[in-house]
Amino acid sequence: MATASTTTALPVLVQSLSKHFGEVRAVEDITFDIRPGEFLTLLGPSGSGKTTLLMMIAGFSRPTAGSIQIAGQEIVHLPPHKRNIGMVFQNYALFPHMTVGENVAYPLRLRGVGKAEIKDRVQRVLDLVQLGSYADRNISQLSGGQRQRIALARAIVFEPKILLMDEPLSALDKQLRETMQIEIRSLHDRLGMTTISVTHDQREALTMSDRIAVFSKGRLAQVATPSDLYEHPESQFVAEFIGESSFLPLEEKNGQWCYNGRPLKLADDGIGAADTMLLMLRPERLRWTEDNAAASGDGNQFTGQVRTVVFQGESLLFEVMLDGGHTVFVRMANRSENVRALPQAGQSVALRLERADARLVRAEG
Amino acid sequence: MESYVSHRSRLWLYILVGLVIFYLVAPSLIVIPTSFSSSRSLSFPPPDFSLRWYRGFFGEEKWLAATWVSLRVAFGTMIVATITGVAASYALHVSGFRLNNMVRATLISPLAVPSILIAIGIFFVYARIGGLLNTIPGIIFAHCVVAMPFVILTMSAGFNSYDMTQEMVARSLGANRFKAFRTVTLPQLKFSVVTSMLLAFLVSFDELIISLMISSGPVATLPRVTFATLRDDVDPTLAAASTLMLIVTTVPPLVLHIVTSRAKRKDRRHAG
Amino acid sequence: MAQAAVLQSPSGSSKTIRLEQNREALEKDKRAEARVMFHLTVPALVIVGLLMVAPIAWLLSMSFVAPDGQLSLENYRLFFAEPVYRDMFLNTFKIAFIVTVLCLLLGYPVAYLLAITPAPWSGLLMLAVLMPFWTSTLVRTFSWLIILQRNGLVNSALVGAGLVERPIPLVHNMTGTIIGMVHIMVPFLILPLYASMKAIDGNLMRAAANLGSSPAHAFARVYLPLSMPGLVAGTIMVFVMCLGFYITPALLGGGKVKMIAQRIEESLSLYATWGPAAALAVLLLLMTALCLGLSLMLVRRLTPEV
Repeated sequence: MATASTTTALPVLVQSLSKHFGEVRAVEDITFDIRPGEFLTLLGPSGSGKTTLLMMIAGFSRPTAGSIQIAGQEIVHLPPHKRNIGMVFQNYALFPHMTVGENVAYPLRLRGVGKAEIKDRVQRVLDLVQLGSYADRNISQLSGGQRQRIALARAIVFEPKILLMDEPLSALDKQLRETMQIEIRSLHDRLGMTTISVTHDQREALTMSDRIAVFSKGRLAQVATPSDLYEHPESQFVAEFIGESSFLPLEEKNGQWCYNGRPLKLADDGIGAADTMLLMLRPERLRWTEDNAAASGDGNQFTGQVRTVVFQGESLLFEVMLDGGHTVFVRMANRSENVRALPQAGQSVALRLERADARLVRAEG
Repeated sequence: MESYVSHRSRLWLYILVGLVIFYLVAPSLIVIPTSFSSSRSLSFPPPDFSLRWYRGFFGEEKWLAATWVSLRVAFGTMIVATITGVAASYALHVSGFRLNNMVRATLISPLAVPSILIAIGIFFVYARIGGLLNTIPGIIFAHCVVAMPFVILTMSAGFNSYDMTQEMVARSLGANRFKAFRTVTLPQLKFSVVTSMLLAFLVSFDELIISLMISSGPVATLPRVTFATLRDDVDPTLAAASTLMLIVTTVPPLVLHIVTSRAKRKDRRHAG
Repeated sequence: MAQAAVLQSPSGSSKTIRLEQNREALEKDKRAEARVMFHLTVPALVIVGLLMVAPIAWLLSMSFVAPDGQLSLENYRLFFAEPVYRDMFLNTFKIAFIVTVLCLLLGYPVAYLLAITPAPWSGLLMLAVLMPFWTSTLVRTFSWLIILQRNGLVNSALVGAGLVERPIPLVHNMTGTIIGMVHIMVPFLILPLYASMKAIDGNLMRAAANLGSSPAHAFARVYLPLSMPGLVAGTIMVFVMCLGFYITPALLGGGKVKMIAQRIEESLSLYATWGPAAALAVLLLLMTALCLGLSLMLVRRLTPEV
């Protein structure tokens, strides 16, 4: 598949795409673009419309309205077999009545590729997924991870315009899943093929993607790079879905956002939308502080009482009830210099949040 | 269940069931020895071995013609009922029409309607539209009515245990719908299809009541001729005819049963 | 492919036009696919609709037309007026009832043993039940003719054993008809019964035994009620099939046993009158539908909630 990297990667444009099932709006007015060669993950809870969107791009689900373009060419009216899109299904759906080699050769045979060339290309793509000697095996003899790779090989052997993956790793156990995430990512880097993957697993999305599109209730909540999504979520939904966080309701006083009467120092003061805003607190960004002195300088301080301490191996999780009556979580790495001075349950504590980490998100309506 | 009732105390059950099974199986087999009898009467056990009734069967135009008609009709029914039935069950499985349940119920309903009603209904239609009464195509279409439910039920079960995403994969890889069905779905449903074909063939080959109404003269089917002979003048040629019918209707299902269970065992071995 | 890599960002108006065109194309596409799928069911529907549904609807209307061409209930009145019909109905129900009861008595033990026997034996037993299922009704009826005739197996045995002095008439009468019909119907009772017994958890019986029930008691209080749905379904199915049965009574009844199906056939082939035949057909269909409906209702009620 050395040739694949020389194929031009193509951009995808999704415009005002909707899918209604009677009254139910599975996907509602979604617009975004995918850059050539980008790895984009559609992330969301089940029923958020991400799989429906993927199926519409593949051509198995007919949109109610909207447009999908690959490299400027409208494909929304094309049947799946004319779209030239490779797709890996959740259960891999390898053909059990064909050998591994025949499975991978299937799309080439459909395209009338010559016998010798088929053999050559099948071998190359099998080598690429590190199963070079498996061409004559039966599907039933493969392990889960091997099936995944064969499904991938079959989806890319005909050098499709773009590659779609529907929950490609959900059928595998946790350990294998993590190995495969890295493997798929490095394969993508070598092939440079525009790729759209669907998952409900935030870690998988963070590991593999160039950008992530987060879906909620059929709508696009936010599209951003993994780090942007984590650091600058726009809504409470995104903040909750990517990583852990606690939220504090704020009130506005004299043009300043306040919690429990105290004005806050925020990373971006510019936010002054009419929406109800929440302060997002990532558990690992909160630190213990000794006294009120910490409030000076570029930090915010909260006081409260430790409720519970949970030992989680590599870290410890503290549940703290703030004086304002809200519960927040604090995570501490399990390192000897930390552990020495950790508070106990019932102890009163002060927490510090740096200005750079104090971010506002929109509350969910 | 095994442990607390001993085999001894269940002896009466074994004996009773043994008798019932004997009652079920033995009579069907009695035509075989009878057909090799040398006697003019249908006595059992036969006094001597002879092939005279088979010579009679194969020497008589009436039996040969009827056998040929039945084979052609059964073959035709097999083809027509399987193709239309497979197409319909595919559409019913794939599409989500509101009317689906009604269509399915209609196609299965001949199973519940007494054959005599279907027979007179078809007779009535054929008597009006002409060109089908007492013709091979006419009998084939009529038999398709009663064979259809078996095809639909067998294929629906097949589709239900089949993973339709395979067909989607094939389509994403560049096959149109028909090609995907032919190269991916059909090969995996081959047992369902073969079973459907066999059932359609057997239903037609065995069918009597409809044939009684719409097939006579040169296109009388084998069951029809057998029935008429049974009613009018019983002779041991009937035993030969019955033995041949027995072979045609029993051997193929048995072979299919063996082949299928062997294939399933093989699949299981591969999977394990 | 050079320009293909450029991201398109259409201006507002051209975008609206494109989306509008797409909407229409998609709607058309959807209808086209629905049409293809519908067309796939058409051949099967035409065969069943034209050859079964339509003529039955026609029979229904025909049954209300008197011989003089007027709309009337004359054909139905005949059933009550003429003793021939009354006897025939009584006969039909009597035979159907006797056959059903005999099937129950013979079928239940087989289904029970089938359900509790371990693998290799149950497969063999199943084959024995299915074998007659595969054998032509005509062939089996003919077999009974051989066995039950005047100098047939059964009579020779009875005379030989000195149980009877002269051969007794076993065929060309009600006895022969019933023996032949039971033979054909038993598998139809065994199969649904077996299916519902197979679903019964063996642990329940063991639990009943542990609680001190005798096997007979446990059977009556636990097993029998749980096998009820299959029992009801099988029983009603056998009864319904008996009502419309043709071949066996026609051959083993020797012209003396008259049931509905024969009467329908005769009134067509002998008298060539559609009215009475249609009325009988409608009645038969009605009884069939009623029984099947009843069966569905009872099974639903008897099936334990899970």
